[in-house]
Amino acid sequence: MAKKFLSGNEAFAEGVRLARAQVISAYPITPQTIVVERLADMVEDGSLDAQFVHVESEHSALSCAMGASSVGARTFTATSSQGLLYMAECLYYAAGGRFPIVMMNANRSTALPWNIYGDQRDSISQLDSGWIQAYAGDAQEALDLALMSYYIAEKKQVSTPFMANLDGFILTHTYEVVDIPDQEQADAFLPPFQTDNKMSLEQPRNLGFTAGPDYNIQFNYKEHKGLLAARDAILEAEERFAQIIGRRYSGLLEQYKTEDAEYILITLGSIAGLAREVVDTLRSKDIRVGIIRLRYLRPFPEAELKEALQGVKALAVLEKDISFGKEGTVYTNVTASLFQAGIRVPSANYIGGLGGRNISEQEITQIFTDLANGGQGLHFIGIAPEEEQEEVHAK
Amino acid sequence: MSLNARTLSEEEFFYGHKACAGCGGALAVRIALKVLGERAFAILPAGCMSAVGFNFPQLCFGNNAIISTFAGTASMLTGVRAGLQAQGITDCYVVGFAGDGGTADIGLQALSGAIDRDDDVLYICYDNEAYMNTGIQKSSLTPFGARTTTTPAGQRIRGNIRPKKNMFEIVASHNIPYAATASIGYLQDFINKVDKASRIRGTRYIHVIAPCPTGWGIAVDETVDIAREVVDCGLWYLAEYEQGHYTLNRRPSEFTEITHYLSRQSRFRHLTQEDVEVIQRSRDDKWKQLEALQNR
Repeated sequence: MAKKFLSGNEAFAEGVRLARAQVISAYPITPQTIVVERLADMVEDGSLDAQFVHVESEHSALSCAMGASSVGARTFTATSSQGLLYMAECLYYAAGGRFPIVMMNANRSTALPWNIYGDQRDSISQLDSGWIQAYAGDAQEALDLALMSYYIAEKKQVSTPFMANLDGFILTHTYEVVDIPDQEQADAFLPPFQTDNKMSLEQPRNLGFTAGPDYNIQFNYKEHKGLLAARDAILEAEERFAQIIGRRYSGLLEQYKTEDAEYILITLGSIAGLAREVVDTLRSKDIRVGIIRLRYLRPFPEAELKEALQGVKALAVLEKDISFGKEGTVYTNVTASLFQAGIRVPSANYIGGLGGRNISEQEITQIFTDLANGGQGLHFIGIAPEEEQEEVHAK
Repeated sequence: MSLNARTLSEEEFFYGHKACAGCGGALAVRIALKVLGERAFAILPAGCMSAVGFNFPQLCFGNNAIISTFAGTASMLTGVRAGLQAQGITDCYVVGFAGDGGTADIGLQALSGAIDRDDDVLYICYDNEAYMNTGIQKSSLTPFGARTTTTPAGQRIRGNIRPKKNMFEIVASHNIPYAATASIGYLQDFINKVDKASRIRGTRYIHVIAPCPTGWGIAVDETVDIAREVVDCGLWYLAEYEQGHYTLNRRPSEFTEITHYLSRQSRFRHLTQEDVEVIQRSRDDKWKQLEALQNR
């Protein structure tokens, strides 16, 4: 185990190197670019033995990864924002083809208006594409996710592509001290990629076929079951990771001081770090609050949420996305899960951080204050309540 | 041993599909796979050949084959080759079969990328001169004058008014190791070119005219004959580009009548004498340009 001062992008690249990715398709987009630059350096210095392909678009990046995966190679690509949307067709295709590709997505806002900074509208818009979606909280988790993602995606019963999301700039470009496992440890954790779902000279196959009305739903059902099977695979991977590498993760979500909490804030990504500090401050004033950080949005941690939210008085979801005309998509997912679990508590949805706008400690504190005062409904952090009201009255 | 009708493999790799009677594209794929054999990995985008060949559970390819996205033929070819290479598997062919729309329209960017990287793949465009799978819509390889369902022949729109995009020269301009044009009407020439391409490393491109009886408005037993006639009347040509040099493989001493070629097809039936003169002039200009290319 070596310690290095790395950005999120660089940490992820280290994880991909340790996973011995065999084919890397690369196309630049800010703020993802550094991950593929580092991988190119690794191929150059011989620390990674991979085919490095300079594709001419994101669509081709994922199409190339599918081609490589379809003959049984371990693949990696990375993207962000407009690039993710440009390759959207291939997202569904890779999931339907059951190709366990790993892709890092640097979460970035989507145009219009143009903006290169971080929010989660890009990946959350693709929740239905059939990919596992993880959200890292810091650079160490980014590296560890890179390594674990292959283990999870390649499990036979899962066979599902994996999108690891890092908050643009806040995580991709911020440096932390990161523990890098040894190659021997990584190899002990992650076996070589084995699959029957491939074309080979020994056993020729036809893949990527058409299935008409008689068979179509069976394939989609199996794809759904595969994504659900990722839940056990995640837990298994984390246990194995703890045994071999010595760091432990908490499954599909992470709880902070939720045990006796009356008010809980649910969020995802790097903002959870600041939210924990707010919780500590409020706890010092005997206000019983807690944080749930969703580490995965697909599969969605329904059972975990149900358990974690027992006894809560009210909750809020803070997220960096908006499904225009409705509400935040994470909030929709959370409240649907609560409804199914029979939990009926007041809830509020806070949309913030769009286009990289800072979310302050005060603003997070205000969320808890609002909750304690019976606040509910949809709020945009940075849009004054009067302004919201005026908009409503104007209609 | 040279490949010909006698020596070509008896084995069928594209068999039991549901292509229309007289399909030129199906013949091109079938013959190319006979030349390449069982060690071919075939990539086909959305289009006629994937629509007729991959209907679960009736999958008709005897070799490895996969459907790519419509735009992604070449990028998937790249990925398959890279994936095989990464595992040390080199004794095989990676071949794409895409139609004219899948090549010259939606797939052109990915194709250009693959040639730019000089990926070791063979790309075969079977050109039936329109989006036939979706019901005969204009592509950028639809020739001047042709009626399609999106270029009707009436008073305001008089069929397709734009000339055919020149894929052969677009591809050659990338300094590709090998490019060729062919026609299923000259099958031996096509076989030779697939065979030759299979022995060259790097990106290779073959553009084969493959008539569609439904879209062209001909009888199902006229496919091969009309694919010969389009060459004989000079509206298509058989050529190669290799190491910077153009070669014309066939130079008819005299062209057959363009009007005969056009009048056999219902897609050209509305053309006036003036239109035919435009086609004839552009043919003559094209041949001058081809001669110049060869002699430069």
